[in-house]
Amino acid sequence: MTITDFSVILPVTLLTAWASILLLAELFLPRAQRPFLALLAALGLALTLGISLAQSAQEFAPGFGGMVVRDGFSNFLNVLFLLTGLFGVALSYRYNQRAQIERGEYYPLLLFSVAGMMLMGQAADLIVVFLALELLSFPLYILSAFAYPRPQSEEAGLKYFLLGAFASGFVVYGIALTFGASGSTDLARIVASVAAGSANLPLLTAGAGLLLVGFGFKVAAVPFHMWTPDVYQGAPTSVTAFMAAGAKTAGFAALLRVFGAAFPALAADLSPLMAILAAVTMLFGNLIAVAQTDMKRMLAYSSIAQAGYLLMAFAPFEIEAARTMAVAGALFYLLAYTLASFGSWGVVIALEKDLDRHLSIGDFAGLARRSPWLAAAMTVFMLSLTGLPPTLGLVGKIYLFRAVIEGGMVWLAVIGALTSVVSAFYYLRIVVNMFMREGEPAVEREWWLEFAIGAAAVVTVVVSLWPFPLFEWAEWAVMKLF
Amino acid sequence: MIPLSWYLYLSAALFAIGLYGVLARKNAIAILLGIELMLNAANINLVAFWRYTDPAQMAGQVFAIIVFAVAAAEVAVGLSLVISIYRARKTVIADELDLMKW
Amino acid sequence: MLLEYAAIATMILVTALVAVIAVVLGSLFGPKRPHARKLLPYESGMTPIGPGTRRVPVRFYLIAVLFILFDIEIIFFLPWAIAFRELGWYGFWAMVVFNIPILIGFIYEWKKGGLEWE
Repeated sequence: MTITDFSVILPVTLLTAWASILLLAELFLPRAQRPFLALLAALGLALTLGISLAQSAQEFAPGFGGMVVRDGFSNFLNVLFLLTGLFGVALSYRYNQRAQIERGEYYPLLLFSVAGMMLMGQAADLIVVFLALELLSFPLYILSAFAYPRPQSEEAGLKYFLLGAFASGFVVYGIALTFGASGSTDLARIVASVAAGSANLPLLTAGAGLLLVGFGFKVAAVPFHMWTPDVYQGAPTSVTAFMAAGAKTAGFAALLRVFGAAFPALAADLSPLMAILAAVTMLFGNLIAVAQTDMKRMLAYSSIAQAGYLLMAFAPFEIEAARTMAVAGALFYLLAYTLASFGSWGVVIALEKDLDRHLSIGDFAGLARRSPWLAAAMTVFMLSLTGLPPTLGLVGKIYLFRAVIEGGMVWLAVIGALTSVVSAFYYLRIVVNMFMREGEPAVEREWWLEFAIGAAAVVTVVVSLWPFPLFEWAEWAVMKLF
Repeated sequence: MIPLSWYLYLSAALFAIGLYGVLARKNAIAILLGIELMLNAANINLVAFWRYTDPAQMAGQVFAIIVFAVAAAEVAVGLSLVISIYRARKTVIADELDLMKW
Repeated sequence: MLLEYAAIATMILVTALVAVIAVVLGSLFGPKRPHARKLLPYESGMTPIGPGTRRVPVRFYLIAVLFILFDIEIIFFLPWAIAFRELGWYGFWAMVVFNIPILIGFIYEWKKGGLEWE
């Protein structure tokens, strides 16, 4: 064991240790000091973010015998996950007080989950992939049920747990088959054994297929999406916001890492499958979202549809040049999605006055008059999710579509464009409601929440005007991946 | 020595039984049992592959142990959720947990 | 090679056969005089009190789950203990680090009152 080993996993270790200390701090802090915990959690995330940024200049480094790795890809994702965590804390702080779920375990669990996501970005071995998957999932199961004894929340927790555990069964079996086919769980060695021709390709394909099913559950791709609307609706909204952005990004991190790095040899078999999965997910998610009236369910189906766009990145894997661009585009789109998703869930939190009553789309009527800035921010997020200018969502979609077309799958890009038009219907309906309809929505004024929403909206617009440095970062991030 | 394929058949059968259990049973505890079967099927695979391909390398065995530990943690979380729901609703039948459209 | 298992297989077969024969013969030739008392579940000769499947307090469940969580760490200790000498100080400190999170979990559980019976 060397200093490099520690430096590679320093951010994850620091965050895990911080979460453990937070858990103990909660025991010894008097009840009145509880709000202090949110600040401590944010401090830990910010500290880790600083270290991750400081490390981002450093070069590729494997650690612990190749179990984990630090490269551009993991650096990009670490920053994204830590921002997700910070957003999560900002959105939870006042909401949890209002919902009376200000229990001390909340922030430690959130931090553990972020640590799991970061580990996922750094995993270079299937064992670590599995551990990271469980480390990020377990806290989320508990957090989904965190609003007990509210029955919806408990039910959401149980459903998420049952389907998540089911998915992890597929992941483990897939890893076992991959191990049997290639004789190793190390991603680099799997690639080497395929290149050397010593791997058992049918078994490897079966393993990859099972892994795809498992991760498909995590990212909520059709047909593995059925838990999403119920869990997103039933879980406390602050948790849903965190889960919608973080868990999905982590799922894609695993998919990109495993399928991008370890299974390029299977691209000919997997690419058409991925393309069909992406198409079905886009079609289904968008079409069902149109029919929703409950705001949380609508956003849940919207997040399914967004997973479809991200899955497009796996379709052009057979062509080398398109592959790098597709993965870079996916990273870029993940950032755009994280901002827009957090922003729109933040607005939902601001509007959710009565926590037992479901927020419907009609409740947005008159928001523009009542709170113009909030309405403007929501408009930005809806435009970004639809993929209209001037937002990051548009830029991300252009990158993804270009990669898909260069990969020779024009039909997939056409489906993507058509379903984007469908999605405009339900996203813009909210904008119409906010600006054109009369209504008296009750808006919570909370500083941290407004700051988070504002920051997400400003970044979404400003960066979209000059996105090239960010895209270059994403491209640099995936360079070492293949 | 027993050929490797026998172990693979056994584990595939266990996995299929677990899968059937998850999909067919309505009781949350029974679903959990099915999931455990799936995990343990994978464990049989891991250990068998380890033994038959490269016993000098410990990865397969180590992974099986890690899966054990994770499965225990999973059961702890799951059973807590089940108990919590049972106290409030007096049922753990998945179909009856239908506050939201399932 | 399979012949090595022949003895075990024979024993399993013979055992099963003897058991089946005993049960079948008993039910064929044994006297049957059913009586309400005789059909009762056996409880050391006393009249049974309450149903056989009694509910266990949830407290047992909590202790059981906590037990599993800490018990499972043993499977990491066992291989470590076997290779203890080869691993040297590196292995020792690795195990110390491994124990810290468990200790934190234990403190948490203790302070939260998870170990109180009442």
